[in-house]
Amino acid sequence: MDLRPDPADEQFRAEARDWLRAHRPSRPLPSGDTRAGFAAHLEWERTLHDGGWSVVSWPRRYGGRDASLWQWLIFEEEYAAAGAPQRVTQNGIFLLAPTLFEFGTDEQRDRILPAMAAARQLWCQGWSEPGAGSDLAALTSRAVRDDAAGGWRLTGHKTWTTRGAFCTHLFGLFRTDPQQQRHRGLTYFLVPLDAPGVTVRGFGRFDGDEGFADVYLDDVFVPDADVIGEVGAGWRVAMATTGSERGLTLRPPGRFTAAAARLVQLAGDRPDRLTGRLREQVVRAWLGARAYHLFTLAQVTRMLDGDPPGAAASLNKIHWSELDIALHRTALELLGPDAEVDAEWTRGFQFSLAGPIYAGTNEIQRGIVAERLLGLPRR
Amino acid sequence: MWFALTDEQATLRDAVDDLLTAECPPAVVRAGWPGGDPAPLDRLWTALAEMGLLAAAVPESAGGLGLTEVDLVPPLTAAGYAAVPLPVAETAAVAGPLLAAAGDPGGQLAALVEGRCRIAVAGPGGLVPYGQRADLLLILTPPDGARLVRPDEVATTPVPTMDGSRAALRLTGDPVIGPSAGTRLDVPAHLLALTADRATLAASAQLVGLGRRMLDLTVAHVGTRRQFGAPVGSFQAVQHQLADALLGLELAAPAVLAASWAAATGADSRPADVSAGYLLAADAAERTARAALQCHGAIGYTTEYDLHLYAKRVWAIVAAAAGTDHHLDRLGTAIGLPAATAEQGGRP
Repeated sequence: MDLRPDPADEQFRAEARDWLRAHRPSRPLPSGDTRAGFAAHLEWERTLHDGGWSVVSWPRRYGGRDASLWQWLIFEEEYAAAGAPQRVTQNGIFLLAPTLFEFGTDEQRDRILPAMAAARQLWCQGWSEPGAGSDLAALTSRAVRDDAAGGWRLTGHKTWTTRGAFCTHLFGLFRTDPQQQRHRGLTYFLVPLDAPGVTVRGFGRFDGDEGFADVYLDDVFVPDADVIGEVGAGWRVAMATTGSERGLTLRPPGRFTAAAARLVQLAGDRPDRLTGRLREQVVRAWLGARAYHLFTLAQVTRMLDGDPPGAAASLNKIHWSELDIALHRTALELLGPDAEVDAEWTRGFQFSLAGPIYAGTNEIQRGIVAERLLGLPRR
Repeated sequence: MWFALTDEQATLRDAVDDLLTAECPPAVVRAGWPGGDPAPLDRLWTALAEMGLLAAAVPESAGGLGLTEVDLVPPLTAAGYAAVPLPVAETAAVAGPLLAAAGDPGGQLAALVEGRCRIAVAGPGGLVPYGQRADLLLILTPPDGARLVRPDEVATTPVPTMDGSRAALRLTGDPVIGPSAGTRLDVPAHLLALTADRATLAASAQLVGLGRRMLDLTVAHVGTRRQFGAPVGSFQAVQHQLADALLGLELAAPAVLAASWAAATGADSRPADVSAGYLLAADAAERTARAALQCHGAIGYTTEYDLHLYAKRVWAIVAAAAGTDHHLDRLGTAIGLPAATAEQGGRP
C-alpha cells in the first residue's frame, strides 16, 4: 500500500491546475440547464476541448490524452476545486462513450466520439418513459424492422430527458421484439433529434430550470449503423452504461470534496450561526466526502487490479446522492434566512434532491446491494 | 498510489483469520464470560503469540516482527470479527510498541514477545477491560509518561460489564495509582499522543470486524428464516437496512486503513485521519448492530444466540474510546473550522 501520488501524476495535477486557472470562466455561468446557459456552457466546453482537457481519459485519436484512472480522478478534483462549470455534455461523455468503447464498432467510434469530445454532437439520455422510470424493463417504446430501408422505425415517448430540448442526439432503449417480456427483446439505438418524426417539448424541473424534455417519436427512421451492440441485447449494453452512471464516472469524489471545502469556508464566514450542532453537521458532511474519496481510491485500485466494480457502483450512488443533500442542507442552515434567496447553495440544494431519484432510485440501488452484494433472496 | 494490502499483509491477515476461525468460535468467546473455562483462552493466546501477532509492532531487534500500524489493521479487524475476549489489540498495538520505544525499563518485553505476558490498558474512569485476565496493567499518565503495574501492586476491584467477556477491573486507589508502583515509562508527549491514536486505530479496526461479523450473521439468518410465506431477507425493509449497514462498513474500512497509513508514515494528517476512521467505524458498527438486532427479531434478543456477543463488544469498545465529541472536535479543528460560537437554538 502506498497512498503517495506518483510524481508523474503530480505533474499532471499541476498542469491541469495551471490550465484551469488560466482558462476557466472568470464569472459563474448561468445554469447550463437553461437555453441561454447551455449556449454559454458549450462555448466553455469547446475551450476545454481546444486545450485538450474535455475527455482526458480517452485515447488521443478521439481527442483525449490517454490519462490513467488516477489522473482522471485528479483532473476531476482540480476541475471541481477550480469551480469550473458543470459539464453539460456529461451524458454523452460519461454514459454513451463508455458504451461505445465497449460495444460500438470502429465506424461508430470514429463517427461519434471526436464530435462528442468537441461538443459538436450533444447527447441526451433516452431511458425513462412515462410508464418506466427506474423500472427500465417496463419500456414500451418500440422499433419495427424496415428491411427495405436497412434500418428500424421507432415509435414512442421518452420523458424527463435532461437537456433534451438543447441536445442534438439521443441514445436509448427500444423494444425490438414485442413477444419478449421485460428485459429481453430490447435494443440500444442512437437517434438524431432533427430526424423526421421527432418532436421535442421542454418542461420545467423542480429546481425551476427548463432542463427536462419530452421526446416523442413517430415512425422515426434509424439505420442499422445506429444500433449499438446486437439487436435484442440492449439490456446488457445499457446495464454496462448504468453501472458507469451510478459509479465513478458520473460523480467522481472531487466534486464532493470541493463542495465540502466550500462548506467549511462558509462555516468560517458565518461564526454567528455556528452552533455545536451545526459544527458537527459540517464535520460529518466533510467526513462523508473524505470517506467517498478514500473509498474511491480503494475501488480504483481494485479496478486496476482487474476487478470491475459491477454492483458495487450502487454503493457509490447511494452514498454520493445522500451526501450531496447533507452538504447542501447544512449550508442552508448556515445561511439562515439567506437560504431562501435564489443563489448557488439554494439551487444546489434543490438539484441535490434529485440525486436519490435519477440514475435508478436509491430504493432500487439498495435492492441491488442486498441481492447482488449481500446475496439476500429475491422476492 | 496503490490502495491495497501487500501480499505480506494479506498473508498475515489470512493466517490470523484461519487461526481465529479454528480457535475462537462463539463458544470460546462465551468462555470469556464469568464462570467460563480459561483453558481455551490460554491456548488461543499462545497460538497468537506463536504467530507473532502479539509482538507484531515490536522491532525485530527486540524479537518482534517490526511491522507498522498498517500491518496491524487487518489482523485486528479479524480479532474484532471473532470478538476475541483477550487484550490482543491492547498488547499488540498499544503496549508492545510503547514498551519498546521506552527502552523496556522493567524488562517485560521478552515475556510479551513470547506470549507469557498479557497487558491490559486502563481507560476512562480507571476501567481496565480484560484487567482480570491480564498480567500487567498499562496506565497512561499524560503528558509525559505511563506506568506498567502488576494488578496486585494497585488497588483494583473486578466490575461486571455489559459485555461479560471484557473481564474488567476498576482502579480504586486514591490517587488511582501509587507513586511508586510498578515501572515508570518515560516517554515524550508526542509518543503518548501516537499511542492514544494507535489505541483508537485498534478500536476502529475491531469495530469494522465486529460489524462484518454481525452483518454475516444477519444475512445468513434472514436468508433462511421464513415469515409470511417468504424468506425475511426478501422483504425490502430488511434488505434496505442491511444494504445501509454494508455501505457504512465499506466506507469505514478504507478510512481506517488510510488512518493507519498516516500513522505509519508519520503524516501530519494523522490526528484528523485517525479521528475520521474512528467516527466512520463506530457509526457503521453501531448502526449495523441495531440493524442486525432488528432484522433478527426476538431470536437475536437472546443470550442463547450469538449476536449479543458481537453487539455488546461494539458498545463496550465505543464506551472505552475517547468519545465521539472528542473526535468530532479534533477533526473539525483539523479541517479549519472555528469553534462553535453561536448559541444553540439562537436566531440572529
